[in-house]
Amino acid sequence: MRESLAKLGRRKIALGGAVVIAVMCIAAIGAPVLAPYNPSEQFFDGLTLEGAPLAPNERFWFGTDLLGRDLFSRILYGARTSLIIGIVANGIAVLVGTVLGITAGYVQGWVGAAIMRFTDLMMAFPALLLAIALAAIFKPSLWIVAMVIAMVNWVQVARVIYGQTLSISAQEYIEAVRSLGAHWSRVLFVHIVPHLLPTVLVWATLGIATTVLLEATLSFLGIGVQPPTPSWGNIIFENQTYFTTAPWLVFLPGVAIVLLALSFNLVGDALRDILDPTQQGRA
Amino acid sequence: MPGLGIYVLKRFGQAVLILLGITLITYILLFLLPADPARQIAGRSATAQTVENIREQLGLNLPFYEQYLRYLASLLQGDLGRSYIQKSEVTELILSRLPATLLLMAGAIFCELLIGLPAGMLAAVKRGKAADNAVMILSFIGVSAPQFVVGILLLYVFAVLLGWFPIGGYGTFWHLVLPALTLGLLGGGWYSRMMRSSMLDVLRQDYIRTARAKGARQARVLLVHALRNAILPIIAMIGLDIGIFMSGVVVVESVFGWPGIGQLAWQAIQRVDIPIIMGVTLVAACFIVIGNLLADIIAPFVDPRIELR
Repeated sequence: MRESLAKLGRRKIALGGAVVIAVMCIAAIGAPVLAPYNPSEQFFDGLTLEGAPLAPNERFWFGTDLLGRDLFSRILYGARTSLIIGIVANGIAVLVGTVLGITAGYVQGWVGAAIMRFTDLMMAFPALLLAIALAAIFKPSLWIVAMVIAMVNWVQVARVIYGQTLSISAQEYIEAVRSLGAHWSRVLFVHIVPHLLPTVLVWATLGIATTVLLEATLSFLGIGVQPPTPSWGNIIFENQTYFTTAPWLVFLPGVAIVLLALSFNLVGDALRDILDPTQQGRA
Repeated sequence: MPGLGIYVLKRFGQAVLILLGITLITYILLFLLPADPARQIAGRSATAQTVENIREQLGLNLPFYEQYLRYLASLLQGDLGRSYIQKSEVTELILSRLPATLLLMAGAIFCELLIGLPAGMLAAVKRGKAADNAVMILSFIGVSAPQFVVGILLLYVFAVLLGWFPIGGYGTFWHLVLPALTLGLLGGGWYSRMMRSSMLDVLRQDYIRTARAKGARQARVLLVHALRNAILPIIAMIGLDIGIFMSGVVVVESVFGWPGIGQLAWQAIQRVDIPIIMGVTLVAACFIVIGNLLADIIAPFVDPRIELR
């Protein structure tokens, strides 16, 4: 593990990603202290006389939005939304995917076949449209959005874990342990699951990037996190009519989304290279 | 190729089963809806009797499996139901908008190959050098940027500031460029990574060493011997892109005002018009299944090492 961490340290780009993630986490946790204003407060002097948003200035560092609220404070609080959904939704997805993948790969037989056919089915659904349909059925809130994303994202994890479980189960040492009379639970939890953990860790990291993007997209379409709760996606949704005159209202939250997703992708990819020599991303 | 007929038939059968499963899931989702379609169709001022009549007419009082079978029967006749709000057939709405979406997808496939293949090749040839790192970082940004941000950025720079392209809309070739590019950038990111590893695989082969040993120039080795072999497995994967596009069109069409099925779905979201959302989901899923089927059928022709199962 120490060696792996040292390897991670040598990848400067991935390290940069880890720093960005750390900064965003601090921003999310410390938002009430760090934010200069209340994110929902509408300032009288936050709009021009014509009622247009203000450009970035000394008082409002990132300018103001269409209702005269401080954009910097809203983006700080938006980091909370993104990270909460990223961690909760992706956590559920990875948990469900891992349990189903291991079950299908270890039990095999008709149970395994049924689980894998179901994942085939879910793979054929366009992820965003399925999430849209689900979000349209349930009234969207932070937690519903997290559940919807989890319901869409577990499939990939299940397939990868299934494949790995299958190939580990076929190894000779598993047969050796079995022939020594080990109980099935011992075989599974002592000899199989520990070998799956690196893969789970990689997918838990990469999955947060996917989750952050999906949340932003749903919120941009107006069926994700609902205003006034700030989310980077719904900040862009609310302000997109001003994008020709006040482009920072779209691009600053946009940069935040790209930075966060990019960082998780970079760290996840580096982890995959280090922990999982069978799936080399860079030959 | 022995067994190819059976292989194709098997894949076809699987595709049909998956489509059936998809109809079941969409129907269960429809069934879970809190809204009562009979009441929505009848309108607010309708009497209880009218609502009851409509319910009977639509078969909403039947048990679940019977309703599902009816739904399946009407699907087989190409009937996706009626929009609650637009009062028109969902099938007609989708058909009238499908050409625009297909055009956009063709443009997007062109863009992603145009971006991804040369970039991936460059990265493979300059492996470990600055160009390789630059391509890999750009491809990471490409797959990490949400399409609505990329779309609005392209609109702002190339339509608003520079005025090279129209600000959204549909009709001429110039309208197609920005939305197709927005969709293509994401795919281009993936393709550059796949092309790079495919090219590196090929460059390690003995026949490349032989060609070099016989004194072939670098350009000839790359373009004649390597490119052809590296590109085939990539082309075979185009069918798999359709799933990514089907999600992307909802966002891109709504940003650019492109009148395809994605925009139709987006408008339906705003009005909570569930039959349209479900119809588009079902049509999109069909496209994905067909795309996967094509990719599966093409794969063994491209790479004879693939086992037919």
